[in-house]
Parts: sequence; C-alpha cells; structure tokens
Amino acid sequence: MRPPVEEGYAMQMPGTPHTRLSRRGLLRGVAAAGAAAALSGCSSEVLSGLTASRETAGSLEFWNLFGGGDGVRMQQMLETYQNANPQVDLSAVTLAWGNPYYTKLSLATIGDKPPDVAISHLTRMKNLVEADLLQELDPAVLARNGLGPDRFTARTWQAGLVDGRAYSIPLDTHPFVMFYNTDVCEKAGLLDGDGALAPLDSPEAFTDAMRRAKDVTGAYGGVVAFISETATPWRIFQSFYSQLGGQVIADQGREVVIDDAKATEVLTFLRSLTADGLFPSAADYQGSIAMFAEGQAGFFFQGEWEISTFQTAKTPFSMTLVPHLYREGPYAVQADSHTFVLPRHPDDSPERVDRALGFVASMLDQSKTWAEGGHVPSWQPFLESAGYREMKPQSNYASAAEAAAYDAEGWYSGSGSNFEIVMGSAVGGVMNGQVAPAAAVRQMRSTLSGLARTPSPI
Amino acid sequence: MSIETVTPRARPAEVPGSPASPRQSHGRPAIGFLLPFALLYLAFIIGPAVYGLIMSFFDASLVRPGLGSFAGFGNYAEALQDPDFWSSLWHTVWFTILTTPPLIVLAFVLALLADRVNRGRWFFRLAFFAPFILPSAVVALIWIFMYTPELGLIEAALSKIGIASPAWLGDPNWAMPSLALTTVWWTLGFNFILYLAGLQEIPRELYEASAIDGAGPWQQIRRITIPMLGRTTTLVAVLQVIASLKVFDQMYLMTSGGPNFATRSILQYVYDQGFTNFRLGYAAAVSMLFFLVVLAVSAVWFSLVRRQEKEV
Repeated sequence: MRPPVEEGYAMQMPGTPHTRLSRRGLLRGVAAAGAAAALSGCSSEVLSGLTASRETAGSLEFWNLFGGGDGVRMQQMLETYQNANPQVDLSAVTLAWGNPYYTKLSLATIGDKPPDVAISHLTRMKNLVEADLLQELDPAVLARNGLGPDRFTARTWQAGLVDGRAYSIPLDTHPFVMFYNTDVCEKAGLLDGDGALAPLDSPEAFTDAMRRAKDVTGAYGGVVAFISETATPWRIFQSFYSQLGGQVIADQGREVVIDDAKATEVLTFLRSLTADGLFPSAADYQGSIAMFAEGQAGFFFQGEWEISTFQTAKTPFSMTLVPHLYREGPYAVQADSHTFVLPRHPDDSPERVDRALGFVASMLDQSKTWAEGGHVPSWQPFLESAGYREMKPQSNYASAAEAAAYDAEGWYSGSGSNFEIVMGSAVGGVMNGQVAPAAAVRQMRSTLSGLARTPSPI
Repeated sequence: MSIETVTPRARPAEVPGSPASPRQSHGRPAIGFLLPFALLYLAFIIGPAVYGLIMSFFDASLVRPGLGSFAGFGNYAEALQDPDFWSSLWHTVWFTILTTPPLIVLAFVLALLADRVNRGRWFFRLAFFAPFILPSAVVALIWIFMYTPELGLIEAALSKIGIASPAWLGDPNWAMPSLALTTVWWTLGFNFILYLAGLQEIPRELYEASAIDGAGPWQQIRRITIPMLGRTTTLVAVLQVIASLKVFDQMYLMTSGGPNFATRSILQYVYDQGFTNFRLGYAAAVSMLFFLVVLAVSAVWFSLVRRQEKEV
C-alpha cells in the first residue's frame, strides 16, 4: 500500500506549482493567525504559565508530600488558614513523597522558583541545608511569630538544628509503632486489667506473645511489610538495633560503623519470626494492612499514619510503642519528623518571610487536627494539653518523640533515601529467608562503604 | 524509499539544471517540512545527548549549578568496577532474554489464530491489543494485586488446586519472571498488530495455489507464512529487543528494583545514581555505557536487515 501513495504524491507535486504556492500562503496565514490568537486572546494565563511570573501581592506557595488521610487533614488545615487569611493567595501543591519530591524541591530552588514554604523530613532537611537551598531562620524572627524553641518538643527541635542554627520548624514526629488487635490480644490473654497490652520486655516475651496471638488468629501472630518495600524493614531493624545502641554510619556518612554482633542479633531475631511462621514470610505493604485489618494477624508494625486506615476499616485495634526488647540501652524507636522549611527565595523581603511564618504558625495551631492522623505533635501548647492526653490511642506512644532514633546524617541518608533502600533490602532479604544474617551485614557494609567513599555530590 | 530508487534512473533523461527537475523542486520544500522535526530533534535528543556526554566527564551534581570538577574517565572507571553496575546490566539483559522470545512467538501465533477466525474477528483483535493501551501504572497496579502474597488472585487460585506458590515479587528467583509475564501480557498487542498487518499482505493466491498442489495447513504456515513474514519478524525482533532493554517502569513501580536489588534494571541504576544520589555525572557515564550496548545490539540487527533486503 505504501509505494503507490508516495509515487502518486511525487508525481503530482511538480505539475501543480500554483497550488503549492497558494497552499504555502494559506499555511502562513494560519500560522500568523494562530500566533496572534496566542498572543492576544489568552495572553495573561498562557504567558504567566510560560514565564511563571505569578507573583501577585500576598501570594503563598506551599509544597507538601501528604497523601491519604494526611492529605485530607492537611487540606482541612489549609482551608482554615485560607478562611482566616482571605487576602493571601494560597496555592498548595501536593507531590508524591520520597526521592522525587526532594529532587523537585531542589531543582525548583536552584531554578529560583521555589515555593515559599515546603514540607521536608527532618532527616532530609540537613542535606538541603548542605546544598545551601534553605533559608536560615533568625531566632528573633521566629520569636516574633511565636515560634521560639521553647514551644517545641526538645528532642525534635534539637535534632533539627544544623551547627546550632535553625533551618526548619518541626510539625510532628512520626515514630514506627505497634498496632494490636484488641479482640485477638484479649482472647490470647495479652491484655492487663485495664485493657491495655501487657509490656513485652524481651525477645522471648515478644515471641511468646506472637505465638499466643497466632493461636487465636489461626494464621499469623504479627505482620510487617518487606516485599517490594524497603522503608518498613529498615524501620523495624533500626528500632531494635538502636535499642542495642547500634550505629550504622558516622562522621557525616563518611564512615561505616555497623556493629556486626548487634546487627546479626537483631536480624537473627527478625528472621526467627518469619521462619517459625509467627510472621508471614512474604508480605507487601498493602497486603500487611489487609492481613491486620482482616484479623489474620494480631500485631502490625508500621508508622502511626496507618491509624486512619484501620479506623475506616473498623478494625478493633489499639496502638502502642514498639516494645523495648533490648534492655542494654535506653528506649529507642525509629522515627522521623515532618518539618516546615523556607527554601532560599529570590525575594527575601521580611513581609514574605513573616507571611510564610504566619502560615506555619497557623498550621501548628491546628496540631489537634494533625494529631488525629496519628502523628505526635511537636507543638508543646497542644502536646501538653488535656485534649491531647485524652486522645487515644494517639497519646499512648507520645513518648516516642523523645526516644526518636533518626536516620544518621550523610549525603545519601534520610527518609526514603538510598541508605534506607540499601538497609531495607538487606533486612527484607533476611526476613524472606533469602540471605543469611551474616551475609546481609556484609552486604550492608560493602554497599554503604561504596557510598561512604564517594565524595558528597551535595 | 521508492522515490530514491526512481529518481536516479529518471535523472539522465532530464535537462540538467532545469527548474522542473524533480530533485530541485523537491529539495527545498523537503527541507522546509523536515525543519520543525529536525529542530526539535536537535533540541531534545541530540542536544541533551551531547550535554550528557560532556557531563559524564565531570563530577556533575544535581543540586549544584554548573558541571563541577573535571573527572576525566573517572566516572567510567568507577562504573566498570562497580558490581552493582554489572548486576543491573545483567538484570536488563536477563529481562530481555525472558521477554523477547515469547513476545515474538506468542504474537505470531495469536495473530495467526486471530487472522483465521471468521466470526468476531474484531473481538480477538481488540482483546489482544487492549492491554497495550493501558498506562504502565495501571498495569503495575493490576498485577501487584494479582501477585500479592497470601491474599493475591494467583496465590488464591493456585492454592485451590493444591499448588503452593512462591512469593511472586518477593522471591529473587521469581521476581524477574513475574515481571516478564506482566510485560508479555501488556505489550503483546503491539507485535500482534504488526504480525496481523503482515499476514494480510501475503497474497491469498499463494495459499490457493499451494492448496491445489496438496499442501496442508501446517506446510502452508511453514513454507509460505513464516518466510513471507521474514521482514516483519526482523522488525518485530529489533523493536522488541530495544524496548526490552529500555525497561524501567515495571520494575520501578512493581518491585522498586527489589527484592534486595534482584530486579534493578540498568536504567533504574541510572535513575538511582542521578536522581537519588544526585550524581548526575556518574549517571551520565553509566547512560553512555548503556548507550554503547544498545548501539551494538542495534548494529547487529541493522546488518541483518541489510542482508535480508539485499536478498529480496
């Protein structure tokens, strides 16, 4: 079919020069008309879209990474702010969390088109500071906006300082927690007189509780996700490993300091749970949620943000701290914090900064709404109120904020980073039974050493 | 192509330099028509590729303006010494080996069957082609749901008939075949359509003549259909190998390169280095190395096509 068409076209063209001319003229006309329309008709929107020059008086652009229940609550909080400040032209952008978010934030800032306020994980914020992408927050300006250090949880505020200087304002702490099915635990005799879970204070007590829960559910004692998922296995490992006092990297990530004995001990323990059938030996993120919601597992280990999922599913559940299994060190649990940061902005007028900080203060004032989603608020005025203490099960694990084991500093570290992927992959391999604990530790060391040797690209 | 072959023969008959010469009268409009494409190609393909090549010799960072310090062949040397580079390159090759043969053979068989159906032919064409129009994210969600351990469709179905299934995406040995299966289901339609078109170009008389000579259906397929589809098969194979080498979406979405990096493709390695570790220069060097691999594969196929065209 192809040849005839081409030949026909080729033969026609030379014989009809006039048509060609007029056709060209027509095309020209159309192009000119189109250009004119583009310039006049829809000029304002198209042009401002092309040049991104939407810098009207009193605008505020806010970037965040909240989906799911968090996204809904953030939306409510934004509406409250907008109603109280109708003169501010607020535009909120929600992006998928993880590496792409930080890439976009970095590139937007380098390209001089940053948002006025952005959310950053505390563990990622330091690399943004390192890359000189964040505006330092002057203590006097913070105090003027009612955001002095004394109004935040001490551990969270301290953890956020870089060389003693503030670049971020913490919104919350989101620890790794233990969810438990109250029906299952009651039948298994794991609840005390008040209906709370009796403490599990050693690996043996933990294993025993899982076994008893398994007898009740008939399927599994507990569940944690580690298939197609690297953050969750890293979090459970880091929680127990930190209780043993273990460190993974030091000296801004330039040194790998894994303690073989401690890491092997935790990995062997985690593997024993899946090997004995107390935990499923394969569970992905959604699958682990489904198993706990359907009562196939009595315990579920995940960030506290999944609270809304089980409230919606009407699962009979409560939440508490990840147990303190290793008593060698003080209590520790993997956690990170959401913080507000002010990316370096070409417009550094005090009005813009005050507007941004006023917005942050308004968000913090709504910590109650935020805490309903499970996060432990950093805002002391609310954290210390009776309103929070009565908020159950959220206040059960409030002390996790003071025991937070943040990811160690390094250019390749932080929430959702390569560091977590490397560590979580190895832990997942152990739990799945594919990699022996000792081999996993070797793998962690060799991969991290490669990253540690690489000069920081930031 | 037909113009090219006709013109040289026609030219001696023309008066040289005459304005009506087809060569000249075609030349300028052709450039005009090609210009928009050429400009875009220059701006979005050649330009970035050259920039990537330059960048690969520097320690360029994603979060620092400019190219950074000169690294010479340092990035290349580092890549060639990195076991992760070689393992992810092997994952890509392994994926290509797993997907290319079924995507060619199955597409051919299904096209043959769909071509022979007399009633409801549109249905079969649509049914085999439909998955191809789905975005990769949708395909990933559907198949993650089916592969879910304990609760997933496949595991539930297999346990009903008493077969214990592995963790499809969780077992390093099964994860890649599972991704390959998903990909075959998803992209089969494209090759299927190419084969269907090829089948319809084979003159019916050949089948009639051979039937009169006593050829059975199997002989017809072997002696007429397969040889007559030779060029289609070459095209399908080239396109398929290149498409499979370029795999990224399925792994990124379904396994994030796991379990324990067992399905991380070379492009995801580039992505991890460039966008996660901010090491643009190193990522560019790895891209260039991968480009050489694709170039070599394409060159082999191209020479095959050349030979085939000479034979025809």
